[in-house]
Amino acid sequence: MSFWEEFISYLIQGWITTLEILAVCIPLSILLGLGLAVARVYGNRLISLIAGGFVALLRGLPLVVTLLIVFFALPKLGIFFPPFWAAVIAFVMCSGAYQSEYVRGAIRSIDIGQSLAAQSLGMTKLQEVVHIILPQAFRRALPGITNEIIYLILYSSLAYLVGVQELFAVAKHFNSLQFRPIEIFSTTALIYAFMATIATLAFRKIEVKLRIPGLEIT
Amino acid sequence: MVTVWDYLPYILEGVWWTLGLVGGGLLLGFAIGLPLAVAQVYGNRILKGLVEVYAWFFRSVPLLVLLFLFYWGIFPALGYKLDPLTCSILVLGFRSGGYQSQIFRGAMQSISEGQFIAARTLGMSNSQAIRHIILPQTLRIAIPGWANEYAIILKDSAICFVLGVMEILTRTRYVVMATLEPLLPYFIAGGLFILLTYGGTKLVNIVYEKTRIPGLIGRM
Repeated sequence: MSFWEEFISYLIQGWITTLEILAVCIPLSILLGLGLAVARVYGNRLISLIAGGFVALLRGLPLVVTLLIVFFALPKLGIFFPPFWAAVIAFVMCSGAYQSEYVRGAIRSIDIGQSLAAQSLGMTKLQEVVHIILPQAFRRALPGITNEIIYLILYSSLAYLVGVQELFAVAKHFNSLQFRPIEIFSTTALIYAFMATIATLAFRKIEVKLRIPGLEIT
Repeated sequence: MVTVWDYLPYILEGVWWTLGLVGGGLLLGFAIGLPLAVAQVYGNRILKGLVEVYAWFFRSVPLLVLLFLFYWGIFPALGYKLDPLTCSILVLGFRSGGYQSQIFRGAMQSISEGQFIAARTLGMSNSQAIRHIILPQTLRIAIPGWANEYAIILKDSAICFVLGVMEILTRTRYVVMATLEPLLPYFIAGGLFILLTYGGTKLVNIVYEKTRIPGLIGRM
Protein backbone atom coordinates (compact mmCIF):
# COMPACT_ATOMS: atom_id res chain seq x y z
CA MET A 1 0.00 0.00 0.00
CA SER A 2 1.26 3.47 -0.76
CA PHE A 3 1.83 6.02 1.98
CA TRP A 4 -1.32 7.96 1.21
CA GLU A 5 -3.61 4.94 0.92
CA GLU A 6 -2.48 3.63 4.26
CA PHE A 7 -2.61 7.08 5.83
CA ILE A 8 -6.14 7.76 4.63
CA SER A 9 -7.44 4.43 5.91
CA TYR A 10 -5.85 5.22 9.29
CA LEU A 11 -7.29 8.72 9.35
CA ILE A 12 -10.80 7.57 8.55
CA GLN A 13 -10.84 5.24 11.54
CA GLY A 14 -9.79 8.08 13.82
CA TRP A 15 -12.14 10.54 12.19
CA ILE A 16 -15.09 8.25 12.92
CA THR A 17 -14.15 8.15 16.60
CA THR A 18 -13.86 11.94 16.65
CA LEU A 19 -17.31 12.21 15.09
CA GLU A 20 -18.66 9.79 17.70
CA ILE A 21 -17.25 11.96 20.48
CA LEU A 22 -18.81 15.05 18.92
CA ALA A 23 -22.15 13.36 18.28
CA VAL A 24 -22.43 12.64 21.99
CA CYS A 25 -20.87 15.88 23.26
CA ILE A 26 -22.65 18.50 21.17
CA PRO A 27 -26.26 17.74 22.21
CA LEU A 28 -25.30 16.96 25.82
CA SER A 29 -23.28 20.16 26.20
CA ILE A 30 -26.13 22.27 24.84
CA LEU A 31 -28.54 20.62 27.30
CA LEU A 32 -26.12 21.16 30.18
CA GLY A 33 -25.65 24.78 29.13
CA LEU A 34 -29.41 25.39 29.15
CA GLY A 35 -29.81 23.55 32.45
CA LEU A 36 -27.04 25.46 34.20
CA ALA A 37 -28.34 28.79 32.94
CA VAL A 38 -31.88 28.04 34.11
CA ALA A 39 -30.55 26.84 37.48
CA ARG A 40 -28.61 30.06 37.92
CA VAL A 41 -31.40 32.40 36.94
CA TYR A 42 -34.45 30.62 38.37
CA GLY A 43 -33.02 28.33 41.04
CA ASN A 44 -33.29 29.14 44.74
CA ARG A 45 -30.24 30.57 46.38
CA LEU A 46 -28.59 27.21 47.04
CA ILE A 47 -29.13 25.82 43.55
CA SER A 48 -28.00 28.97 41.81
CA LEU A 49 -24.94 29.12 44.05
CA ILE A 50 -24.01 25.53 43.20
CA ALA A 51 -24.57 26.06 39.47
CA GLY A 52 -22.62 29.34 39.56
CA GLY A 53 -19.74 27.71 41.42
CA PHE A 54 -19.66 24.84 38.94
CA VAL A 55 -19.49 27.25 36.01
CA ALA A 56 -16.78 29.40 37.63
CA LEU A 57 -14.73 26.30 38.43
CA LEU A 58 -14.97 24.79 34.96
CA ARG A 59 -14.24 28.13 33.28
CA GLY A 60 -11.18 28.67 35.44
CA LEU A 61 -9.65 25.25 34.81
CA PRO A 62 -7.84 24.41 31.58
CA LEU A 63 -9.76 21.65 29.81
CA VAL A 64 -6.61 19.50 29.82
CA VAL A 65 -6.51 19.64 33.59
CA THR A 66 -10.23 18.81 33.88
CA LEU A 67 -9.73 15.85 31.56
CA LEU A 68 -6.71 14.53 33.45
CA ILE A 69 -8.54 14.92 36.76
CA VAL A 70 -11.56 13.01 35.46
CA PHE A 71 -9.45 10.20 34.05
CA PHE A 72 -6.47 9.94 36.42
CA ALA A 73 -7.54 11.49 39.73
CA LEU A 74 -11.19 10.46 40.17
CA PRO A 75 -10.39 6.70 40.12
CA LYS A 76 -8.54 7.38 43.37
CA LEU A 77 -11.95 8.31 44.80
CA GLY A 78 -13.46 5.13 43.38
CA ILE A 79 -15.02 6.82 40.35
CA PHE A 80 -13.82 5.13 37.20
CA PHE A 81 -14.63 5.97 33.57
CA PRO A 82 -13.34 4.29 30.39
CA PRO A 83 -11.29 6.68 28.20
CA PHE A 84 -14.06 7.56 25.75
CA TRP A 85 -16.51 8.48 28.49
CA ALA A 86 -13.92 10.30 30.58
CA ALA A 87 -13.29 12.51 27.55
CA VAL A 88 -17.01 12.99 26.92
CA ILE A 89 -17.65 13.95 30.55
CA ALA A 90 -14.79 16.46 30.63
CA PHE A 91 -15.77 18.02 27.29
CA VAL A 92 -19.48 18.24 28.13
CA MET A 93 -18.84 19.81 31.54
CA CYS A 94 -16.42 22.35 30.13
CA SER A 95 -18.39 23.30 27.03
CA GLY A 96 -21.68 23.31 28.96
CA ALA A 97 -20.22 25.73 31.50
CA TYR A 98 -19.08 28.14 28.78
CA GLN A 99 -22.35 27.84 26.86
CA SER A 100 -24.39 28.51 29.99
CA GLU A 101 -22.86 31.99 30.19
CA TYR A 102 -24.32 32.87 26.79
CA VAL A 103 -27.70 31.39 27.65
CA ARG A 104 -27.78 33.17 31.00
CA GLY A 105 -27.01 36.47 29.28
CA ALA A 106 -29.76 35.74 26.77
CA ILE A 107 -32.34 34.90 29.46
CA ARG A 108 -31.48 38.12 31.28
CA SER A 109 -31.92 40.11 28.06
CA ILE A 110 -35.53 39.02 27.56
CA ASP A 111 -38.10 41.65 28.41
CA ILE A 112 -39.78 41.17 31.80
CA GLY A 113 -43.12 41.75 30.10
CA GLN A 114 -42.85 38.32 28.49
CA SER A 115 -42.66 36.72 31.90
CA LEU A 116 -45.55 38.80 33.26
CA ALA A 117 -47.68 38.01 30.24
CA ALA A 118 -47.03 34.29 30.66
CA GLN A 119 -48.03 34.48 34.31
CA SER A 120 -51.19 36.42 33.56
CA LEU A 121 -52.14 33.69 31.07
CA GLY A 122 -52.05 31.28 34.00
CA MET A 123 -48.84 29.47 33.08
CA THR A 124 -46.83 27.83 35.81
CA LYS A 125 -43.22 28.93 36.24
CA LEU A 126 -42.06 25.74 34.51
CA GLN A 127 -44.36 26.29 31.53
CA GLU A 128 -43.25 29.88 31.30
CA VAL A 129 -39.55 28.98 31.25
CA VAL A 130 -39.94 26.06 28.85
CA HIS A 131 -42.42 27.59 26.41
CA ILE A 132 -41.78 31.32 26.57
CA ILE A 133 -38.33 32.16 27.89
CA LEU A 134 -36.05 29.38 26.67
CA PRO A 135 -37.14 29.34 23.00
CA GLN A 136 -36.25 33.03 22.77
CA ALA A 137 -33.12 32.81 24.90
CA PHE A 138 -31.79 29.88 22.90
CA ARG A 139 -32.10 31.81 19.66
CA ARG A 140 -30.30 34.80 21.10
CA ALA A 141 -27.55 32.64 22.58
CA LEU A 142 -27.04 30.65 19.39
CA PRO A 143 -24.08 32.63 17.96
CA GLY A 144 -22.22 32.20 21.25
CA ILE A 145 -23.16 28.53 21.44
CA THR A 146 -21.86 28.06 17.88
CA ASN A 147 -18.50 29.46 18.96
CA GLU A 148 -18.32 27.01 21.83
CA ILE A 149 -19.18 24.09 19.54
CA ILE A 150 -16.29 25.10 17.26
CA TYR A 151 -13.98 25.07 20.28
CA LEU A 152 -15.42 21.68 21.25
CA ILE A 153 -14.54 20.30 17.81
CA LEU A 154 -10.96 21.55 18.10
CA TYR A 155 -10.46 20.50 21.71
CA SER A 156 -11.85 17.02 21.06
CA SER A 157 -8.27 16.28 19.95
CA LEU A 158 -7.29 16.31 23.63
CA ALA A 159 -9.06 12.95 24.02
CA TYR A 160 -5.86 11.37 22.71
CA LEU A 161 -4.27 12.18 26.08
CA VAL A 162 -6.40 9.56 27.82
CA GLY A 163 -5.91 7.01 25.05
CA VAL A 164 -8.99 7.51 22.87
CA GLN A 165 -8.07 6.53 19.30
CA GLU A 166 -9.49 9.68 17.71
CA LEU A 167 -8.26 11.66 14.72
CA PHE A 168 -5.19 13.26 16.28
CA ALA A 169 -4.21 10.06 18.10
CA VAL A 170 -4.14 8.01 14.90
CA ALA A 171 -2.26 10.76 13.07
CA LYS A 172 0.35 10.86 15.82
CA HIS A 173 0.62 7.09 15.82
CA PHE A 174 0.99 6.98 12.05
CA ASN A 175 3.68 9.64 12.26
CA SER A 176 5.63 7.49 14.70
CA LEU A 177 5.58 4.71 12.09
CA GLN A 178 6.37 6.76 8.99
CA PHE A 179 7.82 10.02 10.30
CA ARG A 180 6.53 12.35 7.65
CA PRO A 181 5.24 15.02 10.04
CA ILE A 182 4.52 17.77 7.50
CA GLU A 183 2.19 15.69 5.33
CA ILE A 184 0.59 13.91 8.26
CA PHE A 185 -0.07 16.85 10.57
CA SER A 186 -1.01 19.33 7.86
CA THR A 187 -3.59 16.87 6.52
CA THR A 188 -4.90 16.40 10.05
CA ALA A 189 -4.98 20.18 10.49
CA LEU A 190 -7.04 20.58 7.33
CA ILE A 191 -9.54 17.92 8.44
CA TYR A 192 -10.12 19.79 11.71
CA ALA A 193 -10.39 23.09 9.83
CA PHE A 194 -12.87 21.44 7.48
CA MET A 195 -15.02 20.22 10.38
CA ALA A 196 -14.91 23.62 12.06
CA THR A 197 -15.89 25.39 8.85
CA ILE A 198 -18.75 22.98 8.13
CA ALA A 199 -20.03 23.40 11.69
CA THR A 200 -19.90 27.18 11.37
CA LEU A 201 -21.91 27.08 8.15
CA ALA A 202 -24.38 24.53 9.55
CA PHE A 203 -25.06 26.56 12.66
CA ARG A 204 -25.50 29.71 10.61
CA LYS A 205 -28.11 27.82 8.59
CA ILE A 206 -29.84 26.75 11.79
CA GLU A 207 -29.80 30.34 13.01
CA VAL A 208 -31.52 31.49 9.84
CA LYS A 209 -34.03 28.61 10.01
CA LEU A 210 -34.95 29.40 13.59
CA ARG A 211 -35.16 33.14 13.10
CA ILE A 212 -38.47 34.70 14.07
CA PRO A 213 -39.06 37.92 12.16
CA GLY A 214 -39.35 40.85 14.53
CA LEU A 215 -37.51 39.11 17.36
CA GLU A 216 -34.08 40.30 16.27
CA ILE A 217 -31.90 41.57 19.06
CA THR A 218 -32.36 45.29 19.42
CA MET B 1 8.66 9.48 53.12
CA VAL B 2 8.30 12.17 50.49
CA THR B 3 4.84 13.67 50.26
CA VAL B 4 3.21 15.81 47.60
CA TRP B 5 3.70 18.90 49.74
CA ASP B 6 7.47 18.51 49.53
CA TYR B 7 7.13 19.00 45.80
CA LEU B 8 5.04 22.16 46.12
CA PRO B 9 7.98 24.55 45.40
CA TYR B 10 8.80 22.43 42.36
CA ILE B 11 5.26 22.84 40.99
CA LEU B 12 5.19 26.54 41.89
CA GLU B 13 8.33 27.10 39.83
CA GLY B 14 6.22 26.09 36.85
CA VAL B 15 4.17 29.27 37.30
CA TRP B 16 7.07 31.27 35.83
CA TRP B 17 7.21 28.98 32.81
CA THR B 18 3.45 29.22 32.34
CA LEU B 19 3.61 33.02 32.60
CA GLY B 20 6.50 32.99 30.12
CA LEU B 21 4.39 31.03 27.64
CA VAL B 22 1.41 33.32 28.17
CA GLY B 23 3.42 36.56 28.08
CA GLY B 24 5.42 35.52 25.04
CA GLY B 25 2.37 34.22 23.21
CA LEU B 26 0.28 37.30 23.95
CA LEU B 27 3.04 39.72 22.88
CA LEU B 28 3.81 37.89 19.66
CA GLY B 29 0.07 37.56 19.02
CA PHE B 30 -0.27 41.32 19.53
CA ALA B 31 2.63 42.05 17.17
CA ILE B 32 0.95 39.87 14.53
CA GLY B 33 -2.70 40.61 15.28
CA LEU B 34 -2.65 44.41 15.24
CA PRO B 35 -1.04 44.85 11.78
CA LEU B 36 -3.31 42.09 10.46
CA ALA B 37 -6.37 43.92 11.76
CA VAL B 38 -5.23 47.18 10.15
CA ALA B 39 -4.66 45.27 6.91
CA GLN B 40 -8.08 43.67 7.11
CA VAL B 41 -9.89 46.95 7.70
CA TYR B 42 -7.85 49.36 5.58
CA GLY B 43 -5.98 47.08 3.17
CA ASN B 44 -6.78 46.26 -0.43
CA ARG B 45 -8.66 43.16 -1.47
CA ILE B 46 -5.63 40.84 -1.74
CA LEU B 47 -4.37 41.86 1.68
CA LYS B 48 -7.82 41.33 3.18
CA GLY B 49 -8.02 37.88 1.63
CA LEU B 50 -4.61 36.87 2.97
CA VAL B 51 -5.47 38.02 6.49
CA GLU B 52 -8.75 36.14 6.34
CA VAL B 53 -7.01 32.91 5.32
CA TYR B 54 -4.43 33.34 8.09
CA ALA B 55 -7.08 33.99 10.76
CA TRP B 56 -9.24 31.13 9.45
CA PHE B 57 -6.39 28.62 9.55
CA PHE B 58 -5.09 29.43 12.99
CA ARG B 59 -8.57 29.62 14.48
CA SER B 60 -9.80 26.34 12.98
CA VAL B 61 -6.93 24.00 13.82
CA PRO B 62 -6.47 22.50 17.30
CA LEU B 63 -3.46 23.81 19.23
CA LEU B 64 -2.34 20.21 19.71
CA VAL B 65 -2.08 19.68 15.94
CA LEU B 66 -0.32 23.03 15.43
CA LEU B 67 2.26 22.22 18.11
CA PHE B 68 3.13 18.89 16.47
CA LEU B 69 3.03 20.30 12.96
CA PHE B 70 5.47 23.09 13.80
CA TYR B 71 7.68 21.25 16.29
CA TRP B 72 8.21 18.08 14.23
CA GLY B 73 7.40 19.33 10.75
CA ILE B 74 7.68 22.95 9.71
CA PHE B 75 10.50 24.32 11.88
CA PRO B 76 12.88 21.36 11.26
CA ALA B 77 12.07 21.48 7.53
CA LEU B 78 13.06 25.16 7.53
CA GLY B 79 16.30 24.23 9.23
CA TYR B 80 15.47 25.44 12.74
CA LYS B 81 15.84 23.08 15.63
CA LEU B 82 13.91 24.85 18.33
CA ASP B 83 13.63 23.93 21.98
CA PRO B 84 10.09 23.13 23.18
CA LEU B 85 9.64 26.44 25.02
CA THR B 86 10.55 28.64 22.03
CA CYS B 87 8.46 26.53 19.68
CA SER B 88 5.46 26.64 22.03
CA ILE B 89 5.70 30.42 22.40
CA LEU B 90 5.88 30.84 18.63
CA VAL B 91 2.89 28.57 18.00
CA LEU B 92 0.83 30.18 20.77
CA GLY B 93 1.78 33.55 19.28
CA PHE B 94 0.90 32.68 15.67
CA ARG B 95 -2.42 31.32 16.84
CA SER B 96 -3.16 34.21 19.17
CA GLY B 97 -2.32 36.54 16.29
CA GLY B 98 -5.24 35.04 14.42
CA TYR B 99 -7.59 35.55 17.36
CA GLN B 100 -6.27 38.99 18.25
CA SER B 101 -6.61 40.21 14.68
CA GLN B 102 -10.35 39.55 15.02
CA ILE B 103 -10.54 41.29 18.40
CA PHE B 104 -8.82 44.41 17.01
CA ARG B 105 -10.79 44.32 13.79
CA GLY B 106 -14.05 44.31 15.76
CA ALA B 107 -12.82 47.18 17.92
CA MET B 108 -11.64 49.17 14.88
CA GLN B 109 -14.91 48.71 13.07
CA SER B 110 -16.84 49.92 16.10
CA ILE B 111 -15.18 53.34 15.73
CA SER B 112 -17.36 55.59 13.63
CA GLU B 113 -16.10 56.35 10.15
CA GLY B 114 -16.44 60.08 10.80
CA GLN B 115 -13.32 59.94 12.97
CA PHE B 116 -11.19 58.79 10.07
CA ILE B 117 -12.74 61.29 7.69
CA ALA B 118 -12.26 64.11 10.21
CA ALA B 119 -8.59 63.21 10.60
CA ARG B 120 -8.13 63.26 6.83
CA THR B 121 -9.87 66.65 6.63
CA LEU B 122 -7.40 68.01 9.16
CA GLY B 123 -4.67 67.14 6.69
CA MET B 124 -3.44 63.93 8.30
CA SER B 125 -2.14 61.22 6.04
CA ASN B 126 -3.78 57.78 6.04
CA SER B 127 -1.10 56.35 8.29
CA GLN B 128 -1.20 59.35 10.64
CA ALA B 129 -4.95 59.00 10.97
CA ILE B 130 -4.66 55.33 11.78
CA ARG B 131 -1.79 55.76 14.21
CA HIS B 132 -2.96 58.84 16.09
CA ILE B 133 -6.74 58.64 15.90
CA ILE B 134 -7.88 55.08 15.25
CA LEU B 135 -5.34 52.93 17.10
CA PRO B 136 -5.43 54.70 20.48
CA GLN B 137 -9.19 54.17 20.56
CA THR B 138 -8.98 50.63 19.17
CA LEU B 139 -6.56 49.51 21.86
CA ARG B 140 -8.76 50.84 24.67
CA ILE B 141 -11.92 49.30 23.24
CA ALA B 142 -10.15 45.99 22.71
CA ILE B 143 -9.04 45.56 26.32
CA PRO B 144 -12.02 43.41 27.46
CA GLY B 145 -11.57 41.15 24.44
CA TRP B 146 -7.92 41.05 25.31
CA ALA B 147 -8.67 39.96 28.89
CA ASN B 148 -10.61 37.09 27.37
CA GLU B 149 -7.68 36.23 25.13
CA TYR B 150 -5.41 36.19 28.16
CA ALA B 151 -7.68 33.67 29.89
CA ILE B 152 -7.84 31.51 26.75
CA ILE B 153 -4.10 31.49 26.11
CA LEU B 154 -3.39 30.82 29.79
CA LYS B 155 -5.54 27.71 29.72
CA ASP B 156 -4.16 26.65 26.34
CA SER B 157 -0.59 27.02 27.58
CA ALA B 158 -1.21 23.89 29.67
CA ILE B 159 -1.47 21.92 26.42
CA CYS B 160 2.21 22.72 25.76
CA PHE B 161 3.05 19.98 28.27
CA VAL B 162 2.85 17.58 25.31
CA LEU B 163 6.19 19.00 24.12
CA GLY B 164 7.64 18.79 27.62
CA VAL B 165 7.78 22.52 28.40
CA MET B 166 8.43 22.71 32.14
CA GLU B 167 5.22 24.57 32.94
CA ILE B 168 2.75 23.80 35.72
CA LEU B 169 1.10 20.73 34.19
CA THR B 170 4.35 19.01 33.12
CA ARG B 171 5.72 19.36 36.63
CA THR B 172 2.42 18.18 38.10
CA ARG B 173 2.58 15.03 36.03
CA TYR B 174 6.14 14.35 37.18
CA VAL B 175 4.99 14.73 40.77
CA VAL B 176 2.12 12.31 40.14
CA MET B 177 4.61 9.77 38.78
CA ALA B 178 7.03 10.29 41.66
CA THR B 179 4.45 10.06 44.45
CA LEU B 180 1.86 7.80 42.76
CA GLU B 181 -0.69 10.17 44.23
CA PRO B 182 -2.79 11.74 41.46
CA LEU B 183 -5.45 13.58 43.42
CA LEU B 184 -3.59 16.29 45.27
CA PRO B 185 -1.08 17.35 42.56
CA TYR B 186 -3.85 17.82 40.00
CA PHE B 187 -5.92 19.80 42.49
CA ILE B 188 -2.92 22.02 43.22
CA ALA B 189 -2.37 22.56 39.49
CA GLY B 190 -6.08 23.29 39.02
CA GLY B 191 -6.03 25.76 41.89
CA LEU B 192 -3.01 27.56 40.41
CA PHE B 193 -4.68 27.88 37.02
CA ILE B 194 -7.93 29.18 38.54
CA LEU B 195 -5.96 31.73 40.55
CA LEU B 196 -4.02 32.86 37.47
CA THR B 197 -7.16 33.02 35.31
CA TYR B 198 -9.25 35.15 37.63
CA GLY B 199 -6.33 37.16 39.02
CA GLY B 200 -5.07 38.09 35.56
CA THR B 201 -8.52 38.91 34.22
CA LYS B 202 -9.10 41.22 37.19
CA LEU B 203 -5.78 42.97 36.55
CA VAL B 204 -6.61 43.60 32.88
CA ASN B 205 -10.01 45.01 33.86
CA ILE B 206 -8.33 47.45 36.24
CA VAL B 207 -6.16 48.62 33.33
CA TYR B 208 -9.35 48.98 31.27
CA GLU B 209 -11.01 51.21 33.87
CA LYS B 210 -7.81 53.24 34.31
CA THR B 211 -7.32 53.92 30.60
CA ARG B 212 -10.99 54.46 29.82
CA ILE B 213 -11.87 57.78 28.22
CA PRO B 214 -15.28 58.95 29.47
CA GLY B 215 -17.77 59.19 26.64
CA LEU B 216 -15.85 56.87 24.34
CA ILE B 217 -18.07 54.10 23.05
CA GLY B 218 -15.88 51.23 24.20
CA ARG B 219 -18.33 49.77 26.68
CA MET B 220 -18.46 46.08 25.95
